[in-house]
Amino acid sequence: MAGNPFIARGFHSRRPAAPPGRLPPGQYETRDFPVLSAGPTPRPPLAAWDFTIRDSEGHSVRWSWDDLRALPRETPTADIHCVTKWSKFDTKWEGVSVDTLLAAARSAGVASNPFVLAVSDGGYTTNLPLADVTDGKAWIAFGYGGEPLAPEHGGPARLLVPHLYFWKSAKWIRGLRLLPDDQPGFWEQLGYHNYGDPWREQRYQGDP
Amino acid sequence: MTAELPAATASRLDWHVASVTDVRRETARTCSIVLDVPQWPGHRAGQHVDVRLVADDGYQAQRSYSIASPPEDASLVLTVERIDDGEVSPYLCDVLQAHDGLELRGPIGGYFVWDIAEGGPLLLVAGGSGVVPLAAMLRHRAHAAASVRASVPAHLLYSARTWDDIIYRDDLEQLAKFSDVTVAFTITREAPSDWRGYRRRIDRAMLEEIGWPPSATPRAYVCGPTPLVESVATLLVEIGHDPARVRTERFGPTG
Amino acid sequence: MRVEEMRLDGNAAAGALREIFAHDMTTALVTCAGCARASPMGVLMNYGGPMGVILRCPHCDTVMLRIVSTPGGRYMDASGSSVMLIPERPT
Repeated sequence: MAGNPFIARGFHSRRPAAPPGRLPPGQYETRDFPVLSAGPTPRPPLAAWDFTIRDSEGHSVRWSWDDLRALPRETPTADIHCVTKWSKFDTKWEGVSVDTLLAAARSAGVASNPFVLAVSDGGYTTNLPLADVTDGKAWIAFGYGGEPLAPEHGGPARLLVPHLYFWKSAKWIRGLRLLPDDQPGFWEQLGYHNYGDPWREQRYQGDP
Repeated sequence: MTAELPAATASRLDWHVASVTDVRRETARTCSIVLDVPQWPGHRAGQHVDVRLVADDGYQAQRSYSIASPPEDASLVLTVERIDDGEVSPYLCDVLQAHDGLELRGPIGGYFVWDIAEGGPLLLVAGGSGVVPLAAMLRHRAHAAASVRASVPAHLLYSARTWDDIIYRDDLEQLAKFSDVTVAFTITREAPSDWRGYRRRIDRAMLEEIGWPPSATPRAYVCGPTPLVESVATLLVEIGHDPARVRTERFGPTG
Repeated sequence: MRVEEMRLDGNAAAGALREIFAHDMTTALVTCAGCARASPMGVLMNYGGPMGVILRCPHCDTVMLRIVSTPGGRYMDASGSSVMLIPERPT
């Protein structure tokens, strides 16, 4: 729009009442857990559910639901930041570290590659550098707040990468593709930032 | 047949600042905003506008609201469902007042619209605030000459949670005094003790009683929450109505 | 509330579509690249919420149209729509 925007009298953005340094730029704190989705909520039967890590040569390793649940679990607590500007503090998760899964994949002969494409039920994808899902930075989470992860929040299992905008934490995850080249995911193709660091406010392509 | 596109669909979509002339409570959860819009190009019953709020620090929020007023009225009226934890609807119902400006663009939408020239009979099915665009259609119809109205009878079936949640209740009861308009309410939660109307979710039997037989080839407009819209649209087709004459618009809670 | 109950339809995307197209697009008849069935844009399922417009086929859930508005411009992907018929005269 040309000229000065019309300011709505008495309309205020949601001001952060958060401790200094805890909210990334442009974010506000919410106590809710808003639900954002690019499609209908899948409800796969757990007996048919699996999780696969596959390299670009086609080598793969697969876990059933019971296999995944039998792996060592972690209970990370993290602040999460959605690109639509809400942040939620101290969210409590339960899941398996991606490090654990990648170590098993390496032992099974799956080649490591510098890029990851997370693939979900319903066709959703998101891309990340491998370095951003290793060294204790990412989990396959199946518990939230002491309960099984609800379908609308990505259950039975979702990727959790809390240091990046939350669209990178793919709901309904079914696998990771380890790729030699970066391959933009569902939102990244459509103008959202390829990396998505909330502290640098990397919302859209072209943001620094 | 060729015709110029109506201005309402062919004009450029720019933001304008409308003047608020009144904000009035409709029900406990809804309010209507009466607007004077300079250079309003006119609209069709069923269309909506986008409303944009900009805070002094640049923060923006945008929502869509259906137009409640008929094209014939001088003022533009939007009816807003107030979502308690929302950020736009509480502003519109609680903060906005006469003499304020309100930024909007429109009219928007061409699918869920009805002109009297398209004829009828009309079968309107509403859930909750989904009645808003349907009320615009009934009000538009009421402006037509009696002879035209007689050829376009209308039935409205409106599902609300309680008697007090019925938006435009008095207005709809006035409209229903015409012999060619039927308005039926169904109340899904608490009904008054003397309530003798429907008190269940809209079902096939209700649609067969209030609707028209498929042989009357009505134009059906269904607006409300997604589960209601999908259920009613499916039932209408099962009853035998032509799917091409059943138009739907889904309303969701937008704060 | 389940996401299925919150989603809106293509009517709610009319404004975003009018930022790109010269005509109202809710009456456009769009053919799904997934199942080949045609639907008016107004009845497509609308997901995406504040992140963007994601319109899916009401029959098979194929993503038919995606629009994201960014400070640098509007992105649109229509690869899930094989044909769009924009009627000469909206009815």
